[in-house]
Amino acid sequence: MKARVLIRPKEGILDPQGQTVERALPALGFEGAAHVRIGRLVELEVDDPSQLPAMCEKLLANPLIEDYEVQLLEGERGNGSDPAR
Amino acid sequence: MKFGVVRFPGSCDEVDALRACRRFGDAELLWHADRDLRQVDAVVVPGGFSYGDYLRPGAIARFSPLMEAVAEFARDGGPVLGICNGFQVLCEAHLLPGALLPNTGLRFLFRQVEVVVENSRTPFTRACARADLLSIPVKHTTGRYYAPDEELDRMEEAGQVVLRYAPGENPNGSVRDVAGITNAAGNVMGLMPHPEHAVDPLRGPTGGAAIFSSLASSVPVAA
Repeated sequence: MKARVLIRPKEGILDPQGQTVERALPALGFEGAAHVRIGRLVELEVDDPSQLPAMCEKLLANPLIEDYEVQLLEGERGNGSDPAR
Repeated sequence: MKFGVVRFPGSCDEVDALRACRRFGDAELLWHADRDLRQVDAVVVPGGFSYGDYLRPGAIARFSPLMEAVAEFARDGGPVLGICNGFQVLCEAHLLPGALLPNTGLRFLFRQVEVVVENSRTPFTRACARADLLSIPVKHTTGRYYAPDEELDRMEEAGQVVLRYAPGENPNGSVRDVAGITNAAGNVMGLMPHPEHAVDPLRGPTGGAAIFSSLASSVPVAA
């Protein structure tokens, strides 16, 4: 099964990358963007999706500084269409 | 006494670390794929980019066969020193509390810093006095130490914050100016500055020498 893991800096953790992008947007004429946070996306295919939380805890994310969210993309063939939540 | 210096694919400071150790004792390299610590008395996990720093610095290296042996060595009370990437590896391995995040300035930093010895009653700082200033270089992109406030309070109370950047010297945004810490038992230390690059007067300040001499004098001589 195809899955997607979204990894974000935990709330309260300073994200200098997000801040830099937030400052760059108005400089390009895009006003009104706030609270930019930058994380990481891991796409993978797994035989046993029940293992995903353990994979996240142990390797994909560092739970001290990052939150993760697992999305299962049932039936999707990886054609880039919107994920089924 | 004998130091063992770990070499991962992507390590780059292991030879300097080996030379620094050899000023104060015997030393040899330990290969990441081995499980044998060759009866060393202390382990140094050096700087560099272990396993390419893929995913997060230290995230992959912590699962190497040698690190399993290092973790066991640490649990048995053996002294382990992690420098820069080695610090990141020890945090990822949960041998040290907290984590290292990208520098607040986002850039690679390479400069000399002054660090203050906050606790001289550790195997890594016993050759120092409290409040001593050590001049040691830093060079990293991911050196912003972070631990939750409650954890930091507890660590400070227990004397686990061993080194702090001197006032105005914090190069990377580390919380409470933390530059080096130990675990609760006091036998595992990590620091972002590179003491192995600061042991030879020919190359500048020698603030790092005290770390290695402390470690060498902490190990009881075998009967």
